[in-house]
Amino acid sequence: MNFAFSDDQNMLRDQAAKFLAARCPTSAVRKILEGEATWDKALWDGIVELGWTGVAIPEAYGGLGLGHLELCVLAEELGRVLAPVPFSSSVYLATEALLLAGSEAQKQAWLPKLAAGEVIGTFAVAEGAHQPTSRSLAAKVENGRLDGVKLPVPDGLIADFAVVMARTSTDAGARSASLFIVDLNGPGVTREAVKTIDPTRNHATITFKGAPAEALGGTGEGWALSEAVFDRAAVLLSFEQVGGAQTALDMAREYAMGRYAFGRPIATFQAIKHKLADMFVALELGRSNAYYGAWALASGSADLPVAAAGARIAASEAFYLAAKENIQTHGGNGYTWAYDCHLFYRRSKLLALTIGSAPHWKELLISRLEARNAA
Amino acid sequence: MDFEDTPEEAAFRAEARAWLEANAPSPEDARKMGRETTNEAESLKRAKAWQAKKADSNWACLHWPKEFGGRGATPIQRVIWEQEESRFAVPRGFFEIGLGMCGPTMMNWSTDAQKQRYLPKMLRGEEIWCQLFSEPSAGSDVAGLRTRCERDGDDWIINGQKVWTSGAHYSDFGIIVTRSDPTVPKHKGLTFFFIDMKSPGVEVRPIKQISGTSNFNEVYFTDVRVPDSQRLGKIGQGWEVSVSVLMNERLAVGDAPGPGFDEAFALAREVELESGPAIRDSNVRQKLADWYVQSRGLKYTKFRTITALSRGAVPGPEASITKLVSATNLQNIASFGMDLQDMGGSILDPEVAPANAIFQQALLYSPGLRIAGGTDEILRNIISERVLGMPGDIRVDKDVPYNKLPTGKA
Repeated sequence: MNFAFSDDQNMLRDQAAKFLAARCPTSAVRKILEGEATWDKALWDGIVELGWTGVAIPEAYGGLGLGHLELCVLAEELGRVLAPVPFSSSVYLATEALLLAGSEAQKQAWLPKLAAGEVIGTFAVAEGAHQPTSRSLAAKVENGRLDGVKLPVPDGLIADFAVVMARTSTDAGARSASLFIVDLNGPGVTREAVKTIDPTRNHATITFKGAPAEALGGTGEGWALSEAVFDRAAVLLSFEQVGGAQTALDMAREYAMGRYAFGRPIATFQAIKHKLADMFVALELGRSNAYYGAWALASGSADLPVAAAGARIAASEAFYLAAKENIQTHGGNGYTWAYDCHLFYRRSKLLALTIGSAPHWKELLISRLEARNAA
Repeated sequence: MDFEDTPEEAAFRAEARAWLEANAPSPEDARKMGRETTNEAESLKRAKAWQAKKADSNWACLHWPKEFGGRGATPIQRVIWEQEESRFAVPRGFFEIGLGMCGPTMMNWSTDAQKQRYLPKMLRGEEIWCQLFSEPSAGSDVAGLRTRCERDGDDWIINGQKVWTSGAHYSDFGIIVTRSDPTVPKHKGLTFFFIDMKSPGVEVRPIKQISGTSNFNEVYFTDVRVPDSQRLGKIGQGWEVSVSVLMNERLAVGDAPGPGFDEAFALAREVELESGPAIRDSNVRQKLADWYVQSRGLKYTKFRTITALSRGAVPGPEASITKLVSATNLQNIASFGMDLQDMGGSILDPEVAPANAIFQQALLYSPGLRIAGGTDEILRNIISERVLGMPGDIRVDKDVPYNKLPTGKA
């Protein structure tokens, strides 16, 4: 049994942790929350310099050719510090979409630039405050031109291109949509900031009016491809969530040890101890499901769809629980703008929604188990 | 990251498997045995025979040192043996407390002559041992126990009552912690012995549980005479000995037995509601997904623990998670399964209720799993104190003589 990261991977983790501790303290995150900048460009440049954007990109396309386990390690560390950078959009979503569905020419065109940090990519599916469905999807592509409005698009203010899901058939069905690569700096694209619960990660409303769109993958494969991309991103995001949950639990523990009430540290009260024990249990269940997702992703297992859903559900639950109960442990202080608890609370809910809510993934999980059972 | 053995582990597994294949009863024999062994005496006889057979080839108790007939095995070897042995329908369950807790206690605290006398027979299953700690008024706070011991020449006289003693009715010996001095604080006035369960004055009575079955006993002691030579540790050192016993935590705490995700999933596909099969109901699907993810989380946590053992770690308190989560889920799944059966959900008759009434039965026995072997609350204390490093509760009774402590109702 070797269900753990290797020594080399743990060494990478230590390096990443050191780098991020120096370059991304919570004051850096708070700067994005309170300042003009919508992302931490200097941190991003450092990340690019370390090659993290190309960790899972094969060497033939300018990447480091390591793999997804290494990417999981980095994701956990980035999640731990709430890094305000477009890593998830560009690496887990846009890069994975190209690796999964790109033609040879598209891979040659984009992957080296993504690896080198010359471009930032994102993935645009949502069209407002509802689940995207084959009936609701409005963005459409005709004769290579995209029309429609996408929101919220993560990192939409800064991305250079987006993989966009758009309708290519008037049917409402599994083959009603396709994926397209759209240059966000090109004609027919306007973008505007959209306010979300977590201002430390920028989001945009992007309006497309006849924007040139190049097909990524086959016509009619949009839903299936985006599901496959989301499965991969779910595993990677689950590590960010595990990292964030760990920090929130550590914060709660540290505060409880130092805060005195009724003549004793509140960490001696079972009401607090049991709350933190429950946070730890949820985190362990999240971490273990994330590990299995990592194994399934890295080994190309046919179990990935089930494993990814499990990782997504458990890690979303763990981070949200840890973040909200961290506020509760801090009492009134936790509710202030000045304490950092709300940064984790915001991010936990953002991540739990960004590629689909927990109820959506639970539905997916049971459908997938039914399909496996029928097979 | 993979699920493979190291070469050494693979070799050990092959050796264990080869021996089991040559010596364990065939599946057909095991099935026959299962049908025949409804009575405990018969299954005990079979279990003793299997234990003796294992002892002849040094497989009886892997973690015991070689000098006492064990293998001096590493934790990962124990896990591998458990995995392999559980593939065979061999009798289990009578010797765990003796081999896991009483044996190591005797190794640590008894004389060489006593080790020679008792350990080999314990190992071979010729003599069965039990553990007498809990009392009606001392459960989670076991150091608050009341059973008294009083010195009488070269003997001690024990009076009192123990409770929740597994296997007391077929045990030959037991380890027991008693109060020798009620005038000092509770942890300081305890003294530890091993006793012959056939001694005059020992009376074992089964406890009838919520479920109607009896898996445990209460044991009464009336003027039971124990020679001082059977004292383990010094007078007043009983708490230290008890803690050393409890440190021998079972390595792999199993999942709560009973209906889990698979059974709930199957039931949801079978049950018809007005709107169609229950599995189409989104509330049902959401709940099933939670249980799937949690049960998988426990399974993969076990994989992580085994990996840590394989790399030389010692088993830690993290195993508490398994019982905490699985016992609670079992109770919830039991209730959910009965809700799916609606007005008929209360029927306990296995001829009528779906799945042989496992949901109804689990509703009745699952409360016990949340209490036995550490209550949910104690497990949360263990996680917060031993994993998260939070302080222990403030002990208001620490410096108070035992006989001055408030006792409330027994």
